[in-house]
Amino acid sequence: MVRVLKLELRGITKRFGTLIANDHIDVVVESGQIHCLLGENGAGKSTLMNVLYGLYEPSEGEILVDDKPVSFRGPGDAMAAGIGMVHQHFMLVPVFTVAENVALGAEPTKAAGFLNLDETRRRIREISDQYGFDVDPDALVEDLPVGVQQRVEIIKALVRNASVLILDEPTAVLTPQETDELLDIMRQLKAGGTSIVFISHKLREVKAVSDTITVIRRGKVVGTADPAASTTELASMMVGRAVSLTLDKEPATPQETTFEVRDLTVIAPNGQHMVDGLSFDIARGEILAVAGVQGNGQTELTEAILGLQDRVSGSVTLDGKELLGRSVKDVLGAGVGFVPEDRKVDGLVGTFSVAENLVLDLYDKPPYAKGISMSPAKIMENAKARIGEFDVRTPSAAAAAGTLSGGNQQKVVMARELSRPLRLFIASQPTRGVDVGSIEFLHRRIVAERDQGTPVMIVSTELDEVMELADRIAVLYKGKLVGIVPAGTGRDVLGLMMAGIAPGEHTASPSTGTQPAATADTEGGDHA
Amino acid sequence: MSTTVSSPNPGTPRPVNAGPGERAAAVSAKPVGWRTPVILAAFALIALVFFGLMGPNQTASFGISTGSDFFQLPALEINAFAGGLVLSIVLLALAGYAVYLKTQDRPAPGWLNVAFIVLFVAAFLIWVVGGARTPAISLAGLIAGSVTLAVPLVFGSLSGVLCERVGVVNIAIEGQLLGGAFTAAIVATITQNPFIGLIAAAAAGAVVSMVLAVFSIKYVVNQIIVGVVLNVLVSGVTGFLFSTVMQANKAQFNSPPGLDIIEIPLLSGIPIIGPILFRQSLVGYLMYAAVLVVWVGLFKTRWGLRVRAVGEHPQAADTLGINVNATRFWNVTLGGAVAGIGGSFFTLVAIDSFTKEISGGRGFIALAALIFGRWNPIGAFFAALLFGFADNLQSIVTIIGTPVPSQFMAMLPYLVTVLAVAGLVGKSRGPAASGIPYVKG
Repeated sequence: MVRVLKLELRGITKRFGTLIANDHIDVVVESGQIHCLLGENGAGKSTLMNVLYGLYEPSEGEILVDDKPVSFRGPGDAMAAGIGMVHQHFMLVPVFTVAENVALGAEPTKAAGFLNLDETRRRIREISDQYGFDVDPDALVEDLPVGVQQRVEIIKALVRNASVLILDEPTAVLTPQETDELLDIMRQLKAGGTSIVFISHKLREVKAVSDTITVIRRGKVVGTADPAASTTELASMMVGRAVSLTLDKEPATPQETTFEVRDLTVIAPNGQHMVDGLSFDIARGEILAVAGVQGNGQTELTEAILGLQDRVSGSVTLDGKELLGRSVKDVLGAGVGFVPEDRKVDGLVGTFSVAENLVLDLYDKPPYAKGISMSPAKIMENAKARIGEFDVRTPSAAAAAGTLSGGNQQKVVMARELSRPLRLFIASQPTRGVDVGSIEFLHRRIVAERDQGTPVMIVSTELDEVMELADRIAVLYKGKLVGIVPAGTGRDVLGLMMAGIAPGEHTASPSTGTQPAATADTEGGDHA
Repeated sequence: MSTTVSSPNPGTPRPVNAGPGERAAAVSAKPVGWRTPVILAAFALIALVFFGLMGPNQTASFGISTGSDFFQLPALEINAFAGGLVLSIVLLALAGYAVYLKTQDRPAPGWLNVAFIVLFVAAFLIWVVGGARTPAISLAGLIAGSVTLAVPLVFGSLSGVLCERVGVVNIAIEGQLLGGAFTAAIVATITQNPFIGLIAAAAAGAVVSMVLAVFSIKYVVNQIIVGVVLNVLVSGVTGFLFSTVMQANKAQFNSPPGLDIIEIPLLSGIPIIGPILFRQSLVGYLMYAAVLVVWVGLFKTRWGLRVRAVGEHPQAADTLGINVNATRFWNVTLGGAVAGIGGSFFTLVAIDSFTKEISGGRGFIALAALIFGRWNPIGAFFAALLFGFADNLQSIVTIIGTPVPSQFMAMLPYLVTVLAVAGLVGKSRGPAASGIPYVKG
């Protein structure tokens, strides 16, 4: 068994064409430590780890294991050196069993290459018992909840005797409870002598478990930090300037209710009820945040309102008019502003200019068009104004939108949607993959829209964002409403709700969601 | 599950495969559809009306033994009207059971579909034979002939299994069969040795496959397009060489010595089973061996686990130190060799010379067998047998003279193919990464 005592990355540089993803990065991981790489999305953390894991070859620099330089030509070499990695998107074959996934690549065999999975099963049970994982070696991976799949990934690394474990954004897909469990597992692994490289941009988690923090910004190490440092300090280091993490907003002054959803059901092509009998209201001048773990019907909910889903039943009314069954264009015409969850796919046309993207929904209306002709001058004028107003960092209004950074692309989408008078504003993942500095700005704009008296619906899987923006919080689980709770509800309560357990339910059994829907209505009623 | 062609790039992760939500969603049971019960009921009604109520009142005779069996069993004689009626009532009962299960929200079990197909085919046989001018066929001959006709299909679909399981769609099965047939003919003629011809056929199929592998894996060209182009290319090259070289010098280049039927003493005398299992050519025995070897290999060995991982989630395989593209390359090559052996059947066993387009589209039927067999070697084998059966039935039935026009009977294999793939397969799930090139981030 290889035991790595010290792992050092020295002067690692990784270029993709002209892009420098990592610029002379030095990191030392000491044995038995949790070493956090803190940085924003796109700072180069994952690239660095892929270099360490042998998936990328570094353009420059070297990796030293116990002060001896090594070169990894593939993940196999890295594993042989005692390095294991849990990727952000799990590297598990969904149709294989846990044992098959764990064995893959290092299969115990009998004569003539026949598999001998009994040995693997034994090892899985052993590790599972040691850390309290509760993983059945013969379960199909696709049937397992995400949190358990992650444990399978960890087992995979441990079976290969990894003494350094890289966890790449491991909490992105977990509920708050699962996150806490993972942090516990990390502490246990550390106690057992395993070093952990923990990649994250979530300050709370980083502070909770790290022994050392290395901050990476734009591909460079900008320094190390003490886990005892305040979140504001860490955020400033990560972003490179002072940022305010808390949003100062006035309490909501809700007016009349203009947006109503009743018994909304969306059925997927496979017959599954992706949204199941949702009912809620949003009043003018309030923000309803829809929380939940990714994939619990949020996408379908927003798309159904917009008219992008086929098999929809129920009713969605805005200002007393039914939105269901109308074309997307009609819905937009009714005054609905929509920021889709994936800006690159649904929000922008990457090869179009920023100016064109800013009028994607208005290009055929005056003043941008007269009859069949468009007015480039007016489109440019509009672009200049929006770029100034939203502080979009772009070389020019004619630059292709796809060349902008994530945060600036999001500002373009937001600027377009907020540039016309709205009767309802829906933003899905408004700050996903956006730098911390821009998050602050985008949040202020959303609150400003609320204060103008627009009903606002925010869909976010980031609990911090939900808690920050919401005046009321609706939690979805498997397409059903677990409940609607007021802003200021505790993280632990919300976390349980995200696992399908309604507030007030003290048993730990996951609810089916039918009962909670009833409580939801009464709480919604309190508010209105 | 998204199957867009996106280069998996760990640097900027995108949900290439199932997002966590979709995975979580897979936990809840899929609702049972109305499709299967409705299709079964429709076919049961067709059986009742045509094979039962409108059945010919004549005795259909099915011979069970062949002349070389060591004991003779009497022929099975059935009144076509009565037999059709009884069978169609059983079919209706099966369909009714499927409907009942649906109302209980339970899926029909696998045996039900299989039983339905077998009984429907039996009813159809009784009806066709009962209505013929000479209402007697040899059941043993029908089945043994089906196996014979299925040989190239089985090899073709095994080639498909090997390629698709590793993540490459092999549309070029037709080209591989044709290349194998041509090479087997010419090499066996020149060397005057059918065994060398057989090996040469495997090599030719492998070469065709290597072209597919290089273009689709190394140069990331669309696999469907490469496959289609290869089929056209092989057809053109063999057709050209046939008319310029082979036709002029038939004795020199196109009269291969055949592979004889090898009868295994005693065992070949067992009625029905004997001719199927123990009265085959070398290629036929190789077929049975290949099905078993591929099945055991895919599901019981380290090689198979890696192959399937590469076809399902290449990135995962890569992060475990498995060379994805090398695995794909060699598997596709192996697949081509298997199809090449299948091609040799045409010129070394079935017919004693090569003719233009001798494979006659069987590569595509093999593709259908692969899907009908759900990417499983044994499933593909039985699917290929079904198509071979349909093929053989239409020729036998045309000979005994049925009231159904022969043109319609000629449609039978293709009709069965379409119905099987479109109607009965249901929601079958192929390897997740099949057809998607793997480009390292």
